[in-house]
Amino acid sequence: MKDVKILGPGCKRCQTTADMVRAEADRLGIDITLEKVTDYAAIAGYGIAATPGIVVDGRVVHAGGLPKTEDIAGWLG
Amino acid sequence: MTTCCSTPQTTAPKRPSSAPAVMVSVAALVAWVALYSVLPTLAARATALLPLDPAGPAAEAARFFLYDTPKVLMLLGLVVFLMGVVRSFFSAERTRALLAGRREGVGNVAAASLGIVTPFCSCSAVPLFIGFVSAGVPLGVTFSFLIAAPMVNEVALGLLFALVGWKVALTYLGFGLAVAIVSGWVIGRLRLEGWLQDWVRNVRAGAVDLPDDAQTVADRLRAGLEAVKDIVGRVWAWVIGGIAVGAAIHGWVPVDFIASIMGREAWWSVPAAVAIGIPMYSNAAGIIPVVEALIAKGAALGTVLAFMMSVIALSAPELVILRKVLTVRLLAVFVAVVGLGILAVGFLFNALFA
Repeated sequence: MKDVKILGPGCKRCQTTADMVRAEADRLGIDITLEKVTDYAAIAGYGIAATPGIVVDGRVVHAGGLPKTEDIAGWLG
Repeated sequence: MTTCCSTPQTTAPKRPSSAPAVMVSVAALVAWVALYSVLPTLAARATALLPLDPAGPAAEAARFFLYDTPKVLMLLGLVVFLMGVVRSFFSAERTRALLAGRREGVGNVAAASLGIVTPFCSCSAVPLFIGFVSAGVPLGVTFSFLIAAPMVNEVALGLLFALVGWKVALTYLGFGLAVAIVSGWVIGRLRLEGWLQDWVRNVRAGAVDLPDDAQTVADRLRAGLEAVKDIVGRVWAWVIGGIAVGAAIHGWVPVDFIASIMGREAWWSVPAAVAIGIPMYSNAAGIIPVVEALIAKGAALGTVLAFMMSVIALSAPELVILRKVLTVRLLAVFVAVVGLGILAVGFLFNALFA
């Protein structure tokens, strides 16, 4: 079970990012919990300066802009 | 960002060769140039097909519209593509690392310059602001970044270049940077850190060690293409709307009328342009085609630049976003300092290029 957090104030890209992660996890058959972090202080606490950010099992793997699908597979795998 | 301690990623897929992507890009560029060079002919032919008096204002407006729309969209696409490629070399986190602990002065110049090339989206303004300030980037330096990033953007530069020419585009770039540098420096000198929202001052930024993104040439070209799809896809309707309004101004609005209210003799038009621009929310895409038509009809360039900067750099939605991290007092200082800077640009420009 992977714990994935999407960091972002709720903009369109953040939603798209969440959908991409969900779709990729489903495709690979990986069990994940997906949580959106929208609180600004919490987002800053992860140390990123651009959203959307992606955190997998507590580790920041991506910040700013939409991720690439192949990268998502790498982070989840 | 150092990569000294990171283990090589074994999960990363093999990077394919960039050669096909480069070849496709070169082919696309050749096609672009070919199409661009025949645009005037195509527009003239298309206008001739319309049942209009060739010497009348309607034909003048139609010719302007049919030539400018594809021309502007093509030039905009090219600039956005190049900027997308350049931006793939930068990230907000890397920029922050470069700016953290920088002294004011040098820091303001660096921040404003990096503001142009660092990927930035207004929805990210608050996380960026907090991320910068909590990591030790001085407040004034952060503001220099935050003023330059939205004001001097690829859409504004691309459209100015396409419609008004490279000299004005460069002038906008130079003066935009100047406003961002000086405004940020002034805000820094005022020592207003205490006027941030309380919770912002208490945020502790965690350390982040993002995996090193080794991008291939193909990745960067793809980033450029993504930028074109994203940005041009978002603004094309604004551009066409703006060009339609511009075409109407070209065809019907008399020169004397614009010159009398926005000409160089009307000194009060600069503050009026700034004041009108602040609450207005249009993006560069909608405003610049109109600006071009106004210049052609005798509006003073400084007045028009001031109007543009004010519309783009100070907008009501952006202020609402910044309100989350700034107290009303600090927000008022921000608007006043930037507004005065833009005002100075307008007057200076009108005086210099008389």
